[in-house]
Amino acid sequence: MKARFLIPLGLFLALAGLFWFVLNQMNRGDYNPRELPSALIDKPAPTFSLPNLHQPDQTIGTPNFLGQVSLFNVWASWCVSCRVEHPFFMELARRNEVPIYGLNYKDERADALRWLDQLGNPYVASAFDFEGRVGIDWGVYGVPETFVVDKAGKIRMRFPGPVTEAIWNRKFAPLIAQLRSEQG
Amino acid sequence: MVPELGHFALILALCVAIVQATVPLAGTVWRVPGWIALARPAASAQMLFLVLAFGALVWSFIANDFSVAYVAQNSNSALPLEYRISAVWGGHEGSLLLWGLILGGWTFAVAMFSRRLPDDMVARVIAVMGLISIGFLLFMLLTSNPFDRLVPPAPDGRDLNPLLQDFGLIVHPPMLYMGYVGFSVAFAFAIAALIEGRLDATWARWSRPWTIVAWVFMTFGIALGSWWAYYELGWGGWWFWDPVENASFMPWLIGTALIHSLAVSEKRNTFKNWTVLLAIFAFSLSLLGTFLVRSGVLTSVHAFASDPARGIFILAFLLLVIGGSLALFAWRAPAVKSTGHFQLVARETAMLSGNVLLVVAMGAVLLGTLYPLILDAFALGKISVGPPYFNAVFVPLMAPLLLILGVGPHMRWKQDDAATLLRRYRFVLLVSVVAGILLPLVAYGTVTPGVGLGVALACWVVGGSVVDLGRRVRTSRGLRGVPRSYWGMTTAHAGLAVVVVGVTLTSAYSTESDVRMAPGESLEMAGYTFHFDSVDQVAGPNYDASFGHFRITAADGSQVARLNPEKRIYRVQTMPMTEAGIDGGLFRDLFIAMGEPLGDGAWAVRIYHKPFIAWLWLGAILMGCGGLLAASDRRYRLAVKSAQAATVGPVATAES
Repeated sequence: MKARFLIPLGLFLALAGLFWFVLNQMNRGDYNPRELPSALIDKPAPTFSLPNLHQPDQTIGTPNFLGQVSLFNVWASWCVSCRVEHPFFMELARRNEVPIYGLNYKDERADALRWLDQLGNPYVASAFDFEGRVGIDWGVYGVPETFVVDKAGKIRMRFPGPVTEAIWNRKFAPLIAQLRSEQG
Repeated sequence: MVPELGHFALILALCVAIVQATVPLAGTVWRVPGWIALARPAASAQMLFLVLAFGALVWSFIANDFSVAYVAQNSNSALPLEYRISAVWGGHEGSLLLWGLILGGWTFAVAMFSRRLPDDMVARVIAVMGLISIGFLLFMLLTSNPFDRLVPPAPDGRDLNPLLQDFGLIVHPPMLYMGYVGFSVAFAFAIAALIEGRLDATWARWSRPWTIVAWVFMTFGIALGSWWAYYELGWGGWWFWDPVENASFMPWLIGTALIHSLAVSEKRNTFKNWTVLLAIFAFSLSLLGTFLVRSGVLTSVHAFASDPARGIFILAFLLLVIGGSLALFAWRAPAVKSTGHFQLVARETAMLSGNVLLVVAMGAVLLGTLYPLILDAFALGKISVGPPYFNAVFVPLMAPLLLILGVGPHMRWKQDDAATLLRRYRFVLLVSVVAGILLPLVAYGTVTPGVGLGVALACWVVGGSVVDLGRRVRTSRGLRGVPRSYWGMTTAHAGLAVVVVGVTLTSAYSTESDVRMAPGESLEMAGYTFHFDSVDQVAGPNYDASFGHFRITAADGSQVARLNPEKRIYRVQTMPMTEAGIDGGLFRDLFIAMGEPLGDGAWAVRIYHKPFIAWLWLGAILMGCGGLLAASDRRYRLAVKSAQAATVGPVATAES
């Protein structure tokens, strides 16, 4: 077997190695091609006030985030990836790990309520953003997206795509522990 | 019930694929005729089950069965019927099923139209295609089942992405997939020949028509995609260098190299290893495209819902298929002897140079596509490699290619004489250079080196063909004596020249205005006056539209066209869509797109004058028709008859 006939195979294996590396990084949450540098990181969260999904006469807004580290998760009943991350959020809620606020994005109220009834409700409360205006302010361009908001109401992280246990342990848990230890 | 039947049909198709991939192959090893004979019926059975599965999914869409998750994500009860059907391949799962169906179709076609080929060769080819089918069916059943139920069922669907609600999207994906998957035939022939250890001219002759037909589909598919982008995206662009466009362009470049290399292998019994490698590459790049689009490693306007688990599966599949075939190549190729020798000035040299340029071009596109991924993955920063890079590397590669194209196909095999060639073509050369400078100058009043070069090269390619055609008509028995494959080649090369003229002129001389216009106002541009008359509100089946009325008049006041650009809001996804108004013509398009309403009844309006843009698609059609002419040459129909007798094809003379 002459060496030069192995060149195509070698090139291909190098390429496959690169892809394997990238896929692994994606699984761990270290690489996310949809992640764009967000102008909102370390800035105060864009203020909003929206009706509560369950009690339309009450409002949810930026003041809810103050004084605690919380998650703000953008979801919708029509979003299939939301179903993927949903069991893990249920688990987080059961473990009382961190308060999770929801932003129900461009959804019908009846559909959203049915979705939560049937699959379970991991959220402290969900804001009802029928027109998607708050989503625009927060720079949401795909569902699901998850934000980490610190005690002072600043956005500290934005994660597009479904959150998994592996990604949680690697990216969210250390950040949340660190934020909790901060003065605020 | 019907979705479950579809699911069951998919499982049966997988079972048949396993039989199809193993038994006939084992039959060729142990010489069991009964096992070899199983290849054709297996291919037919697989086709049947895939048609059933696909039919079940189409039925679920037509019947608005929103308990099927895939239907709920990609359709809506208000969606018109034709889009409900095309929505079948509007998302990841359904487009995979279309992929599988088309693979089944190509395998079936090989089984049907290979009656005159040796049975064990056909058995190997069908078995290799069965192996590929196993991979795709497993992928579908394990990670991307289009028949998954949604509990509870959705009350209504999320609707098809409005961008895809268009005629172009009904035809573009099937056409492109026919090309992608069609390269699997050339791949399977190459692998079958490597397994058998017999790479000869017959092998090249058998795969040629299949490869050309796949290439034709791909050419039409890419052209349709570009045309769709032009009229549907509303910014007048026709090529974006988007990762997914690149994913289709790379196999096309290699496929182009392959059909030429196959010709040399058949006629001259040389370049054989190179040809096999190209056959492996063409299909590998089709698979790589699938990986890039569906694993989510790259972002693109075409992004499917992506999932790294799918990525791992496709990567394992790539390792098996591409890694396996390249290992087989490394093992078998050293034993292959090429017998045809040639001098520096010969048609072989021209073919080889053209081939190398095409492969280098593919490499440049691959590098540009993966470079942002590499940087990002190693945390070196986020960049996008855009048109500046691609244009900068592509033009210098295409210019010498076109230069070769003017004279290369008309040189003799083995050895030609440079002085004779120069004498024969110097007139064409002179005319081309003069035309390159004068034509743009007369038509537009200015000329740049780039425009001059583009027009001159296009004239050179066409002129070279005309001179050679003239010689042929004089030496053979008039026009009737010229074989169809020669007409095919000439048409396809002329098509490329037409594309080059289109690209050059539309890039250099397009004008555009991005203005605020209110009804009653008008704008002058490129010798035309664009009058904005009024806007109506119109309700479509699943959208509401602002329907513009524009009149275009020429300098003398006569009316040129009435155009109705639209701004649509699709109700379910509340997504705004631009429907451009286009007055098409052979020498120029007038293009109006309405942007955002600016208050007081005024709109942001974009107006383009695009000279020669239609030539892009006309050229692509010519190229495709050339391919069809070449593939239908009577030589192939006669050749298969004599194929069994001869193991080495006739060493051709200067003919075609």
